[in-house]
Amino acid sequence: MNQLLAQPWSVWAILLPLGMASLAFLLPRQAVRLGLASAFAIPLLVAGAVLQVRTLGVVEHVVGGWPAPLGIGLRTDGLAAALLAATAVVGLVISLYAWGYFPSAASGNSKTRYFWPLWLFLWGACNALFVSRDLFNLYVTLELVTMVAVALITLAGGTAALTAAMRYLLSGLLGSLAYLLGVALLYGAHGTVDIPLLGALLNDGDLSRAALALMVSGLLLKTALFPLHFWLPPAHSMAPAPVSALLSALVIKTSYVILLRLWFEVFPAVTTSGMAHLLGSLGAAAILWGSFMALRQERLKLLVAYSTVAQIGYLFLVFPLAQGETAVTAWAGAVFFVLAHAGGKAAMFLMAGTIQQTAGHDRIAQLAGAGGPLGVQVVVFAMAGLTIIGLPPSAGFMAKWMLFNAAIVTGQWWYLLVMAAGSLLAAAYVVRVLAWAFLSVDHRAYPNMPWVMKWPPLALSVVALLLGLAAYEPVLLSLTATPAAGVLLQGVVP
Amino acid sequence: MSIPLLYAAGGVILFFLGLHALFVRVHLLRKVLAANIMGSGVFMVFISLAARTGEGGPDPVPHAMVLTGIVVTVSFTALGLVLAVKIQQASGRSRLPRKGEEGA
Repeated sequence: MNQLLAQPWSVWAILLPLGMASLAFLLPRQAVRLGLASAFAIPLLVAGAVLQVRTLGVVEHVVGGWPAPLGIGLRTDGLAAALLAATAVVGLVISLYAWGYFPSAASGNSKTRYFWPLWLFLWGACNALFVSRDLFNLYVTLELVTMVAVALITLAGGTAALTAAMRYLLSGLLGSLAYLLGVALLYGAHGTVDIPLLGALLNDGDLSRAALALMVSGLLLKTALFPLHFWLPPAHSMAPAPVSALLSALVIKTSYVILLRLWFEVFPAVTTSGMAHLLGSLGAAAILWGSFMALRQERLKLLVAYSTVAQIGYLFLVFPLAQGETAVTAWAGAVFFVLAHAGGKAAMFLMAGTIQQTAGHDRIAQLAGAGGPLGVQVVVFAMAGLTIIGLPPSAGFMAKWMLFNAAIVTGQWWYLLVMAAGSLLAAAYVVRVLAWAFLSVDHRAYPNMPWVMKWPPLALSVVALLLGLAAYEPVLLSLTATPAAGVLLQGVVP
Repeated sequence: MSIPLLYAAGGVILFFLGLHALFVRVHLLRKVLAANIMGSGVFMVFISLAARTGEGGPDPVPHAMVLTGIVVTVSFTALGLVLAVKIQQASGRSRLPRKGEEGA
């Protein structure tokens, strides 16, 4: 048992997908088999890593035996473990769905041929990003994630998808180069890019502030926070459904995780409450604007994409809410929100894809009456929506509850109002789809979809719905070695 | 102003020149080149800082980082160029569509 625990599980969770991706690229006929095998194997490796963090605390791994500052250090802390786990669960569901969505590899279809290697590369790059402990390695993994994501969007084919991919690539490049310039400034001043070392060395000054501004604004562009969200709706809605799901559920979270690490681990000596409120107000604006735009969309996938713009806003409320004693509550709320959104939004996008494939289009107004033959699909879509709205007992509810708690304790009631308004608007746009679908029941014959395009998303939405009841474990996991201090949920000691 | 600092300032200027071109230029090839120039600016900052922090010779770590950065730049340039070619083949334009055009 002890020997099993001593294995570097999180390193295997990076190497396996990267290796399998190369194999899948070289052996296109076996791509589906390799992809599905990895999709089942990675969650097991991640389970090992999570168990390790729960029993031993933070796990450090020095790649190649070269210690910092020369070598690359990997560090699996609570945040990393929670995100590895979320990616594993969502990744498995997306893989199963993609198996049914893309035509079989034997027919020589180029979409199937390229989807699997790219998706496995993306999975490996995400895992590597979560456990990186130095700023430069974060840059490299972030670029890997972006480039693979761009390539995945182009799988949809057509001018619209290509332009969306190009916009995404250019804004992604701008974001990561701004981030890299910030890294250069920090390295020049302190001679290291190691996150814990920098956190101890950094003091307030013009240079630190310039680096913070460059890095944060680059990452805001990559995370698509309002008003820098212009690239997100076309990119996320044009991509094939499994790709949309992984872009919305996983890819935007990667740059957000870096932001969290920067804010709480690298720059706590530099950040001021004014900066926190700036990010918080942008987040609040994102919630209102994204939800409003989602309500107005005529296409289902664009609706879901704008809903992502809104949900990103909640993630940024952590910065003003994490003050003093409430820091840990807001932190846990934000991390749990990431998990809730990953599950809920992936299920929503996958079901939107199933509805689009079955009906042949995704115009909401023309789905009138689809509630009969497409009843199951529409209901699963709405169930996934429950966690996005934040109804109890969903994971989204628990995450918002923690953010609410932090807002009440710090007396920032305006954020409460925004969150409540966001929930109401989310309910409105989910119910709008339901209302159209069940307006009248017709008995048009729709083609039948493979079971993997219905049941795995259903399972995922059930997980997201019930995760709120089992919130204790993931919250505790995310708090392992957390940089945020204070008392969870005011008075309740974890 | 010492010479490394001068180079670092030059790097920052290159970065902002590239940034300007990325926003203003319409042709996709120019946009990809603009991103390249931004990247070169960042690399120049890295290299000039290596000269400044090193004691008894330049610091090798930024050089390793820049090498990695160059690999990343080559990959994103290739990806950007392929996308630009594909967009031109599909739409006959070598720019991003404006609002209201097909594919916007």
